[in-house]
Amino acid sequence: MDAISATPAVPGRSLFRLANPGRFMRLSGRVLPVLIALGLGFTAVGLVWGMFFSPADWQQGDAVRIMYVHVPAAWVSSAGYVGLAACSAISLIWRHPLADLAAVEIGPVGAGATAICLITGSLWGEPMWGTWWVWDARLTSVLVLFFLYLGHMALVRAFDEPERGYRAGAILALIGAVDLPIIKFSVDWWNTLHQPDTITVTGAPTMYVGMLWPLLFAALGFSFGFGAIVTARLRAAVMERRLRGLLLARAEESLAS
Amino acid sequence: MTRTRRRLLLVGLCGLGLATATALTLNALNSNLVFFLTPSQLASKAPPPGHTFRLGGLVAPGSVVHSEVDGKPLVRFAVTDGTATVKASFGGVLPDLFREGQGVVALGAMSPNGSFHATQVLAKHDETYMPKSVEEALKKKGLWNPNDGPPPPASTWNTLATKAPMKGG
Repeated sequence: MDAISATPAVPGRSLFRLANPGRFMRLSGRVLPVLIALGLGFTAVGLVWGMFFSPADWQQGDAVRIMYVHVPAAWVSSAGYVGLAACSAISLIWRHPLADLAAVEIGPVGAGATAICLITGSLWGEPMWGTWWVWDARLTSVLVLFFLYLGHMALVRAFDEPERGYRAGAILALIGAVDLPIIKFSVDWWNTLHQPDTITVTGAPTMYVGMLWPLLFAALGFSFGFGAIVTARLRAAVMERRLRGLLLARAEESLAS
Repeated sequence: MTRTRRRLLLVGLCGLGLATATALTLNALNSNLVFFLTPSQLASKAPPPGHTFRLGGLVAPGSVVHSEVDGKPLVRFAVTDGTATVKASFGGVLPDLFREGQGVVALGAMSPNGSFHATQVLAKHDETYMPKSVEEALKKKGLWNPNDGPPPPASTWNTLATKAPMKGG
């Protein structure tokens, strides 16, 4: 109590407002259908546009269409890890119970996105580069991201006392965040088989506009979809915890009477 | 100082320490994290003959010669990075994207005669994506010949209108 009233920091205050599970359930219940609709809508438009109505690449031919799945999955897997690291920091510093649950629920979704990125990348690499896999800096650092997600998933579930799992998982997630800049800049810092970024902050995208639009739609769809899945999982986790509390209270009541 | 403040400071300091340690490690490892050597790196510090390494660069324009030795296909080409060029040979199946002006990463070793003998050749495509119609339009206008190297700045072609149908084959 003392810590709360003595912390006038803005993030702390608004975070504690969301920590109220009832308020979170009301708000997320309204947001979730919108996230699902936007996720499905943008993904469907982006993928159909990319698969059937966008031009083939002049040298890669139709194989370039793997990009419309591979690139959004790659972006979402990194962005998901940023979310995981942010939740971990909030959990460690402000002991925010909702951040604990969110970190647990982001893990498997992020691991899934990273797996999609790795698998589609492999399927793309075989016909174009001539190999399924190479140990270059980009591919290896993304594989490390996948293992970080898996390690986090295992660690948060490895303790009988969930609180300990949350702490340990949060520390692992924050240490693992050093992999994110390595992934991003691996193609600039070192010689890699993977090509450098097509879409950069500083220059014009080196991609024809007819291919760029479906890619952006698919990326938006994947992002909203990621948010929708995490929100749905988080709602289920909050309800599960509430149910467990009710059952525990009833068990104690029946024991007392 | 409240507990929250103390934890914030602790996490911040740990993060700073970790970031510094990672930056120093990566900086120290920099030369060992290369996936391939470029021809100019090879010219300044060549691995001994027989030592396996990867060579990366562009296939030099006009250098590809397909031939047959003892009934097996053998392709000779040169790998260049603009400043240095290394002769290479390969006796296997080339990836579809292999052509003059394309990036390649070849695994192999230097032979005693000073040329690179590859056991595997991978194509390294660049980060540009454009439809066939745009590539042909650029070629027709004389703005770009793919065999000579990378395409012109993206802003000159990434919204280029072409008469060819947009639907890919």
